[in-house]
Parts: sequence; C-alpha cells; structure tokens
Amino acid sequence: MTERPGDDLSSPLVPSDPTARATTAPGPAASDPTAADETVPGTAAVDAAVPRGAMLRADGVTLAYGSTVVVHDVALAVGDGGVGLIGESGSGKTTLARALLGLLRPHSGTIRYGSRDLGSLDRKGRAEFRRAVQPVFQDGSEALDPRMTVEASISEALTTHHRMDRAARRARVTSLLEDVGLDPAVAVRKPHQMSGGQRQRVAIARALAVEPRLLVLDEPTSALDVTVQARILDLLERLAAEHGLGYLLITHNLGVVDRLCDTSHVLFAGRVVESGSTRDLLTRPAHPYTLALRDAVPRLGGKPPRPSGRTEAAPAASGCPFRLRCPLATDVCRDQPPAAREVEGRRVACHRAEEVLAGVPNRPVSR
Amino acid sequence: MTAPGPSGAPVAPLPLRRTALSRLVGGLAGVDRLALAGAVLLGLIVLAALLAPWIAPYPDDGGSATHPLEALLPPSGAHWFGTDQVGRDVLSRVLYGARTSLVIAVAVLALSGIVGVVLGVVAGYAGGWERDVIMRVTDVFLAFPALLLSLALAVVLQPSVTTVIVAIAVTWWPWYARLTASVAASVSTRGFVDSACCLGVPAPLIVFRHVLPNSLTPVLVQLSLDGGGVILTAAALSYLGLGAHEPTAEWGLMVQQGQSLFTTDWWVVTFPGLAILVTAFAFNVLGEGLRARLAR
Repeated sequence: MTERPGDDLSSPLVPSDPTARATTAPGPAASDPTAADETVPGTAAVDAAVPRGAMLRADGVTLAYGSTVVVHDVALAVGDGGVGLIGESGSGKTTLARALLGLLRPHSGTIRYGSRDLGSLDRKGRAEFRRAVQPVFQDGSEALDPRMTVEASISEALTTHHRMDRAARRARVTSLLEDVGLDPAVAVRKPHQMSGGQRQRVAIARALAVEPRLLVLDEPTSALDVTVQARILDLLERLAAEHGLGYLLITHNLGVVDRLCDTSHVLFAGRVVESGSTRDLLTRPAHPYTLALRDAVPRLGGKPPRPSGRTEAAPAASGCPFRLRCPLATDVCRDQPPAAREVEGRRVACHRAEEVLAGVPNRPVSR
Repeated sequence: MTAPGPSGAPVAPLPLRRTALSRLVGGLAGVDRLALAGAVLLGLIVLAALLAPWIAPYPDDGGSATHPLEALLPPSGAHWFGTDQVGRDVLSRVLYGARTSLVIAVAVLALSGIVGVVLGVVAGYAGGWERDVIMRVTDVFLAFPALLLSLALAVVLQPSVTTVIVAIAVTWWPWYARLTASVAASVSTRGFVDSACCLGVPAPLIVFRHVLPNSLTPVLVQLSLDGGGVILTAAALSYLGLGAHEPTAEWGLMVQQGQSLFTTDWWVVTFPGLAILVTAFAFNVLGEGLRARLAR
C-alpha cells in the first residue's frame, strides 16, 4: 500500500486489520509480498501520494451500503495543498467524500483526523473536527436550506460554535460575502432567487465562516455553466492560497485537477487504480483507465475523442475490475487482481502498466 | 438586467418592493381556483360560526330554549329552515352547530397533527431503531379500523365534545406520523442537512430547523383534506350518541334526532345534513386545490 515502514501514522494498515481484507475482494491493496518489497522508503511518489502530517487520512477504507461494497480498501491523505480524486459517476467518490466528512462510518479501515480516529472522537474533538473540515457540495441549491435567506444560512454557521451578537454577525456575513465575490445585498435572498454560481459562492462563504483548515470539494463546479465554473475555480484557488487551506477535490474533470491539484488519485469501481503527481498521471498515464479518461477529454477543433476500450462495460467482479473495458487485458488480468505497485514514480494497480507507459497501441486482445 | 458584483460575479436584481395589496392580488392570482373556492367556502362557514350569536335569528335556540307551541313548523319567512321537535329554529341551531363542528375539526387536526408530525420527523431523520419503534407503534394504531377505535374510546369516556376530540385524534395521528416520516426521510438525505451536520449543528436543531420546515407542505395538504373526514366522524359519533348531547347544537346529533321525522317533517334532518356535506366538501376542495398546486 501507500505507507512505508517507519511512518508511525500509517503503519497499522492492512496487517493489523484483518477485517478489511476479509470483507474486500482482493484489490489493488491486497498485501502482495513482492509489492511490499518494492516499496522503497523515501520514494518521491509515495511522499506525494500520502504527505506526512496529513490532516485527514483514510487507511484501508472500505465502504458498503448493505452488502454492496462501493469503496474498496482506499488509502489517501490530505494536508496542505490540493489533492485530486478523479473518477466517473458510480466510482464511489461521493461515498468516500461522505465518509471523510464523518457522515458515513467506514465498514472497515480507519479515517483519521490528525492522529485520532474519527469514530472515537469525543464531543470536543468532534466539534474541532467539524470546524476544521468543511464540505462544498456539487450543487449550491442542495447545500443551502431553500427556506433560509443567505444571511440566516451563514449566521447558522457563525453561531454554531461561537456566541455572536447581531451586529458582529451582520458584519461578518458581509465580509464573507465580499470575500467570495458577492454583493452583500444578496444576504436577504433565498437560494431560488440566485443563480447557480451565486449559490455556490454562498455555500463556499458558509463553509469558510467556521474558518476551516481543509475543504472537501465534491464536484464543486460540475453543476455550473462552463464560464461560471472557471470563476468558481479561480475563487477556490485564491481562497485556498489566502487562508492556507488544504483541499480534496473530487471530480470527473481532468482539467480541474490539472489546475488545482499537485497530487491525484484515480478511482475506478471504488478502487484507487493509480496515484501520483497530477502531471505524471495526465502526461504519461500508467493505467489504461487513466489513459482512457485522458483520451476522452474533447479538444477544441480536434477530432472527436475516441476513448480506448469498451467504455460501457460494467466493472468485472473477479480479476482486474477494469479488464472488460481494457484493450490490453490478458489471461492474467482475468485470473489475478492486480496489486498496487511502484512504476516510474507512481502507484498503479495494473499488470500491464509498463506496456501502457511504453505506449502500446490500443488493440483488442483476445481473452 | 444584471449588474456586476465586486469581482465581476453577476448579481441578479432584487425583486421589486411589494406592497401588501400587490402581494395579496399576486397571491390570489397564483392560487389554484379550486383551492380558492374551498378557502372562500370555508371562510364563509367560519364567519357564520363566529357571528352565530349576531346573525342567528333566534340566538337562544342555539341552547336549551324550548317553544312547544312552535314545534315542527315547516320552513317559512319567520323560520327559514323550519323548527324542530321542541320548537327551536333550525337555522339558528345549524349556525351554532358550525361552532361545535369547527372546534372539533381544528382541535383534532391540531392535536393529531402536532403529535404525528413530531414523531414522524424524528423517525424520518433518525432512521434506525428510533424509526422502527415509532413506526411499529403507529402500525398498531393503524391496525384498528379508525371508527371502531374511536367508538371504543368514546364508550369508555363520558360522552362530550372533548371525548369526541380525543377519540378521533387518537386514531388520526398515525397517518400524519407515517406521512411525515417518509417525507422527512427523503428531506434528510438532501445536501443542506449534510451541510448542517458538517457544521456541527446538534441533531435536535437540525431536525427542527431544517428537516421539519421542509417536510411540512404535504402534511398541510393532508390536514386540509382531512378536515371534512374529521367533521363526518364527529357527526357519526354524535349521531351514535357518543359525542355531544342535548342541548348542545351539533350537526350529527341534530341528524340523529331528526331522522325518524324525515318522511313527515323533512327539514329537521335535511339542513344539518346539508351543513355537514357542505363543510366536508369545502375542506376537500381546499385540500385538492392545495395538492394540485403542489404537484405543479
């Protein structure tokens, strides 16, 4: 996995947690002795994937609705700066976000805030966690109570943790609205009286009201018009820099992570299939899925994108989950789930990563 | 027109300042005609009930007055709806009866609405064992035929208007609990509830500040639809001698007392019967109108 021996924060992952493996189909995280041997301490990519002193960290997290496992044995960490989590709809990214926000208890594995498990936080610790980690959801109209004015929504955030008199609250609401680029006059409006972009700005102002240290951004722009998306991304980038915020950016949009995240993880069918520096992932993908995602991005004036592989197939239940969509899949992919391993500076869970990197042409392979 | 905000974000113009009159007119124009008709009819009935002592031609006849010499007079200029067995003016008694029926309807809807909504919203938000416990209890109540349970209760308690209210409310609240629970459960999955949770807002505040107000609309529609049903049930209980009793003016009771006279003195039973019909109809029309408006 992504942690190294000697890193005391992350050491008790798979070995000490037998349930994680019992309930999970052996996925990329399955402890393959050879993979563990290959994990050379101090490799740059590993540092990038799981920064030291991470504020929010998931280790071996498996999430399930009833008996349906939607996230398998995922490890990631967010501290300073931006971390991207890329995946298409149904890949489990929103479920993972909810777990990281403490809204969902992991089936197995741990989510830690600093050095403490979220599940075992006391009242005070929980309040501290709530202040430190704030979400921005996909749609501002969902994140704001339709019956509350902007001022009431933001005031709720202000008064949840501190007493504040009316005048101070007013002043703070005004400064927060200005901070996110809104006319303070919108304070009297209700969500349905604003545009999508304005609502998202209000949702951001509300999240900032508690002075968080980390934001979990779950598709923060995908419900918006393209021009508005760019403005909201500008805003998030500026605010993160000004307030020194770390953030986890969850998206299916590669352009967005390219701009805002140094490190990224690619999620497929609830498993992290590739992680490393965003630049590496986008310029030289090592996993065929990352490659397919990148090739699916339309370019202005270019040929229509032609994603590689059979993109509609459901994830496979055995072996490599991506094999039914993979142009390079072979018998090994059918028989053995690929373990995560180190390939050219990133972690990738693919038997044929070297060939992907070498640029093997996409061709159907008989199975 | 939109004016640019401080950093170029467009700010849509605020709605024009509205006067009370324009708001009233605008509100009326937006309301469904059916709902409006129901509201007007119900408004008239409420007005009649409120003004009964002033508009009733013989205010004393609302109570225990008797005029044996004027018994069972057919409708005429002096007694529009005729008189009953003891010579009381039927129109006056119908007007006073509106008071009894409306008090019963409002009290039952308020009692069962409050109990049902509070239990339902807690069940819907909490899920888990809290939901199971509350829903099983409502199932037990729903397992009895409503009228039968009301009857049993009314028999055990002393017959009176209060008894009628309690007996009906006991069988009525589980419906609101069920409806509210299902609405609240779906409201609880919405982003603003998650987002309040992430702010660290305590659960009771989330329930009463966010979940409850956003779950109320369908319950209000159901309440107005049920007004008619409550009045009919109350009339049925009084008719069976388990509710209001002489000399209280109550429509169900008046129907019961007049039914044996139907072939000879039709007016004694017909007018209170019509009053029940019209009031139940007004509630239903209002409810249907509100529901139609919601569906749009």
